[in-house]
Amino acid sequence: MIVAERKPMVEILASIQGVSRLLVVGCETCVAVCLAGGAKEVAVLSAALRLALRERTSAVEILERSVERQCEEEFNAPLAEDIAKVEAVLSMACGVGVQTLAEQFPDAIIYPALNTQFMGRPEAPGIWAERCLGCGDCVLGRFGGICPITRCSKSLLNGPCGGSSNGRCEVDPEHLECAWQLIYDRLARLGQLERLYAIEPPKDWRSAHDGGPRRTTREDLRL
Amino acid sequence: MKSGSRLERLLWAGHFVVTAELGPPKGPDVAAVERKMSLLAGACDAVNVTDNQTAIVRLSSAATCALLHQHGIEPVMQMTCRDRNRLAMQSDIFGAVALGVRNLLCLSGDHQKFGNHPSAKNVYDLDSIQMIQMVKRLRDEGLTAGGDPVEGAVPLFIGGAANPFGDPFEMRVIRLAKKVAAGADFIQTQCVFDLPRFKEWMRRVVDLGLHEKVAILAGVMPLKSAGAGRYINANVPGITVPEAIIERLSRAGRGAKAREEGMRLCAETIQELRTIAGVRGVHIMAVEWEEAIRPIAEMAGLLPRPEPPEVAP
Repeated sequence: MIVAERKPMVEILASIQGVSRLLVVGCETCVAVCLAGGAKEVAVLSAALRLALRERTSAVEILERSVERQCEEEFNAPLAEDIAKVEAVLSMACGVGVQTLAEQFPDAIIYPALNTQFMGRPEAPGIWAERCLGCGDCVLGRFGGICPITRCSKSLLNGPCGGSSNGRCEVDPEHLECAWQLIYDRLARLGQLERLYAIEPPKDWRSAHDGGPRRTTREDLRL
Repeated sequence: MKSGSRLERLLWAGHFVVTAELGPPKGPDVAAVERKMSLLAGACDAVNVTDNQTAIVRLSSAATCALLHQHGIEPVMQMTCRDRNRLAMQSDIFGAVALGVRNLLCLSGDHQKFGNHPSAKNVYDLDSIQMIQMVKRLRDEGLTAGGDPVEGAVPLFIGGAANPFGDPFEMRVIRLAKKVAAGADFIQTQCVFDLPRFKEWMRRVVDLGLHEKVAILAGVMPLKSAGAGRYINANVPGITVPEAIIERLSRAGRGAKAREEGMRLCAETIQELRTIAGVRGVHIMAVEWEEAIRPIAEMAGLLPRPEPPEVAP
């Protein structure tokens, strides 16, 4: 899922300074699952904003809504009426949802309430960890199902650097496992250690992170 | 001859080589480079110039190497994958060769988290093994990574690093084998304090015949005090200073006496490394202690340094 966390209250308050009618919109997909931007978090943030703004001279009206998937326009269409009533929208979706609202409602002022972080999974209650950089050319089959591009701090493709110690990465030994220790252990378990002798060629970054937005077309689905 | 560098010619002639390290200043302070050069001249065969080591911004490796070359000291240019993509790497390599550099050590590089610009974005377009492969192609095929012909020759003696003390241990020999297959001509290892583990690693290296394909220079580091050893154990992953060494430094006393003992320990390690099959030289890393290189080389019986054969076949 896409993992996000709420921005600090101070930053959110600064962004909506002077706004007297506000719409807070959550998203019930990824950010609801990671407990950052679903209906419950919309209610919590709205209550916190009312509390923080109660000493303002003029009253602040806050509408609370949440949609199934903010990254798809059809789910956002019913928001049109509410958006027309407010001065600003605070989106609790990921960056994709925020941009979808901005594209869909070109006259509305949209502020993000979350920091979108990564594609990852929950490792333990309250802990999410990155698993995929979306490089567009999946290499997991060659590395025992563990992504060195995402999980090695240097994205090394040909084995560990000198900073791997007792299975931990020197960049943050307390929290980070060495991806190459994981890869080695898993390939050993699968009887595929011979894979480690092959020199992995330089990555073709044209499939991602080469300095431009990507799009994908499926001709079979085009109208 | 691949590069005709002094280092390559000495190894070719069968000498046990000595390299040292020079850390450039944190700015264009040429006098600081010259002071360090004077400490190293004649005490070793070639001098590694670090590339923003520990991710701290310093005078560039290529420029410092050019200064060394102008003063008749052979540089080994270090280049990391942290700060450059494949375009910048090749361009800087051409520049260094044009200025007289003949040895290149290809490194992953320390993560920026450890340096003075932790908010920087790292590059890692290539890893060190891919970099070795790229440099070999520049040299042997005259082609860039993109496939275009190179104008002019790229005579470089290509080096890589190896850490026999990192984990997973089994991966360490595999990684060396990959560096050799990629085109490494010489290897400089992480500092050896744990001789038994180093010997075990070298035994596997020799079993695979890798020592015949690549010249292995064992890394050593003199310690200034027992505290320095404890600091390494607490803060540097992948290096362990045995208690016995810390104990000896501690018994030696403080200040100059501890430093003297640290140099002696280093010289003893070198003498022991010389007896290990497959070890073709030593790389002395005296971090910000270049004064130690000459006395250590002297104590280890490595001075004077030999002259390499002028022209090799």
